[in-house]
Amino acid sequence: MNKLKFFIPVLVFVALGIILWRGLYLDPRTLPSMLIDKPMPGFELTAVDGAEVSNDDLPDQIFLLNVWGSYCLPCLIEHPTLMRLSEEGEIPVVGVNYRDRQDLAANWLEENGNPYAFSILDESGRFGIDLGVYGAPETYLVDSNGVIRFRHVRVLDETVWKQQFLPAIAELKNEGSQR
Amino acid sequence: MTSWTLENLRKGVCLGFVSMLLSGMFFSTATIAQVDTFQFDTAEQQQRFRTLSNELRCPMCQNSNLTGSTGGVAEDLRREVHRMIIEGMTDDQIIQFMFERYGDFILFRPRLTAATTLLWFGPLIFLLIGGLIGFGIWRRARKVSIKDIALDASQQQRLQQLLGNKP
Repeated sequence: MNKLKFFIPVLVFVALGIILWRGLYLDPRTLPSMLIDKPMPGFELTAVDGAEVSNDDLPDQIFLLNVWGSYCLPCLIEHPTLMRLSEEGEIPVVGVNYRDRQDLAANWLEENGNPYAFSILDESGRFGIDLGVYGAPETYLVDSNGVIRFRHVRVLDETVWKQQFLPAIAELKNEGSQR
Repeated sequence: MTSWTLENLRKGVCLGFVSMLLSGMFFSTATIAQVDTFQFDTAEQQQRFRTLSNELRCPMCQNSNLTGSTGGVAEDLRREVHRMIIEGMTDDQIIQFMFERYGDFILFRPRLTAATTLLWFGPLIFLLIGGLIGFGIWRRARKVSIKDIALDASQQQRLQQLLGNKP
């Protein structure tokens, strides 16, 4: 027992080492969303194309809510993935045009292609606050009841789609068939 | 034409200092202007705005508060804090609004929940552990009396030898 006492500092060191080592690989920039399992915040706003949009216009199935802006370079990187998803009909994508200008946003869509069913125009960033957005790009997975189930911060490329979104969607579908 | 006297030189240097001080003042007001452009009805409201902006953390540019941040979302959140103060919401209501959207992260003074217990009481726990260890060492040290460590005659002799003192 007395001999064991000498190993206490070593054990404490090892435990601390493991904790801190893990800490090195945590990403402090990826914040947990407060809106997981909460319904999508209500909105009655204008879309980038000028149409009036509200929660009633959201798809009745699982869809992506993608926060973007014409100023946002990473949005350009994830753009081909969003285009593919929407063109191949894999999942509908709704956009939130965050802290942008309507004319710039419309130009951007014309130039690069429009993967969105519609894009909610949020020039003031007020709707973004209700969503808990802190910067484009962010992508939310919303289920068929309009409840937010998953959030990914930063670029959504094919790897992220396969590794994070597909399993999350499979879980949602599985849950739906059990009901 | 002014003559090149010591008196005039002194005046010039003084003038230079004054203008430097003045421009310094203008520059410093320019940097805090991003917080102070909001209009309030009372000084108390303004004070509340300052306190809240100092205690709310910018979600994007981490480790700075809303006051010190030029990030887009911080600008929007400052505007929201201002709006809510003008609309007569209490500090608790405003903090609740922020918490519902951005979670504990946005509060520089996190709430006391199961998840934040360690954060709040961790330092106290470590202080207790350290205190107990220190107390243990002190108690054990007190038990040792001077008699136990006193040298007997032969040890005393050896010590003197080692010190090179002739007996």
